[in-house]
Amino acid sequence: MSSFPPPPGCNVALSEGVLVQFLAEETHRIGMKRAVLGLSGGIDSALVIELAARALGGDNVLAVAMPYRESHPASLELAKESAEHAGVPLEMVDISPMADAAFAAAGDLEDTAKESVRLRRGNIMSRLRMVTLYDRSARIHGLVFGTSNKTELLLGYGTQHGDMASAINPIGDLYKSQVVALSRHLGVPQDIVERPPSADLWEGQTDEDELGFTYDAVDALLHRLVDRRMTAERLQAEGFSADFVEMIAKRVRLNQYKRRPPLIAKVAARTVNLDYRYARDWGT
Amino acid sequence: MDCLAAVCQMRPRLGVLPENLAAHHAWLDRCQEAGADLAVFPELSLTGYFLRDLTQEVAMPLDAAPVQELVARSKDMSIAFGMVEVSRDHRFYNSMVFAEDGEILHVHRKVHLPDYGIFEEGRYFAAGDGFLPVESKHGRFGLLVCEDAWHLSSGYLHFLQGVDALLMTVASPARGIDTDEPELSSHGAWRTLSEAQALFFQTWVVRANRIGFEDGTMFWGASSVVSPFGKTVAEASGDQEELLLQRLSSDPLRRARMTTPLLRDAKPDMVRRQLAQLLQDPDALRSDGEAERT
Repeated sequence: MSSFPPPPGCNVALSEGVLVQFLAEETHRIGMKRAVLGLSGGIDSALVIELAARALGGDNVLAVAMPYRESHPASLELAKESAEHAGVPLEMVDISPMADAAFAAAGDLEDTAKESVRLRRGNIMSRLRMVTLYDRSARIHGLVFGTSNKTELLLGYGTQHGDMASAINPIGDLYKSQVVALSRHLGVPQDIVERPPSADLWEGQTDEDELGFTYDAVDALLHRLVDRRMTAERLQAEGFSADFVEMIAKRVRLNQYKRRPPLIAKVAARTVNLDYRYARDWGT
Repeated sequence: MDCLAAVCQMRPRLGVLPENLAAHHAWLDRCQEAGADLAVFPELSLTGYFLRDLTQEVAMPLDAAPVQELVARSKDMSIAFGMVEVSRDHRFYNSMVFAEDGEILHVHRKVHLPDYGIFEEGRYFAAGDGFLPVESKHGRFGLLVCEDAWHLSSGYLHFLQGVDALLMTVASPARGIDTDEPELSSHGAWRTLSEAQALFFQTWVVRANRIGFEDGTMFWGASSVVSPFGKTVAEASGDQEELLLQRLSSDPLRRARMTTPLLRDAKPDMVRRQLAQLLQDPDALRSDGEAERT
């Protein structure tokens, strides 16, 4: 993998307008006015909180920081900083007691030297955060705003029913590099924009180390592959190795299941979502 | 022609007929206050766009009470509005109704039903089968519903029939923020399309787009009017409900067609002959485009 073409551009002013209106309209049309979102200290949730505050007003948004006792202390500090910057109240929920209880109950999650154990613990934490957010959603009568970007959704780099769970997601059609551009435009604090992206599931973890490639490289590829429908030959001519293209295309395909609702065995004349087909905004 | 056109850039609610009907009445009140001669609503203005299985549920025959209520309003001004029409033989059409003097003057059933990308109209609608202009007291109008306008043959047929204005009623989804262009790529494409057709067909173009979201997809508004010289002379905002008013007059039509007499010099008979030949030759219009010609 030598030199790549640049990742996709982003008209930040237009994007801001569309995404703020999206959050306002899709919330208000169902008679709601509030939203809740998890704030990790990373750039995705820092961007969504900025959009949410503009769409609903800061007072109508609840940010929840949900550190585990091993989470990097800087994450909580950055979460506070971004909530403050967006003018949104922040609730802190330490998930350590419930996570530790779940780990202990599982019985085989002590050996964190094992990758499979780290992964399962990470998924449990992610899902406990989801449980917390949906509870706060019911408490304040607000929608859960999602923070998964398009790169993660395509790569399946997220936990099903965990961080991938939400009612509506303003950034699911923005690649990570577009998230960065829009975040700069909206004044997301510099130390968040420049921090290496991390799921913060174990010490020293960074996304790019774990994935094995940079976001700029994979965004450049995914944008050409998915949005612009380029052929493998064209992609190689643009500087992507055949191995990289194949590896990413395979990963996208293998993770399709995460992007769809569960399969339903069809036995009747009309089956939910298959041939019983209505928009979610039906009647609003 | 001398006609004050009013584009009702509205936000229909998805599948909520009573509220959309009430909204149409309110828009018509506004048009009336403005002294409009012609009110133009977007595609499927009575029902919303991404209907899927709702298509059959919101469909109405043309003699249904809500349709006739709107038609009755056309005693004061001519009205073009969008609906799902169900025919006597149970086919469903994406239709624009043109009403004047309390009667339906014309119904255009959308001919080109997009069935790709986020569109699935071919799954639900039957296709219309022609482009006939409306002979209104305010001028001769050619109705094009959204995808109809992407096929030059649609506008060409109206051009040959001497329309004064093309009424493009659309529900165009917003796409394309991944460039440095100042506007959405769908907006830029439609501006080019509208200006080009006004220029080539030497007509006014009135484009009525809707606003609002359905299932995360935004409709980008920016309804507009283009002069017969191909210049955009009025354009609405991209995100607000707005009544866009523009007077359409004969003078620019006359001047454009005197300056460059494209309609006079059109050769429909030659087009007919060549098309007939091509249609008879099994290879000429082959979809793979590899026909060998001598």
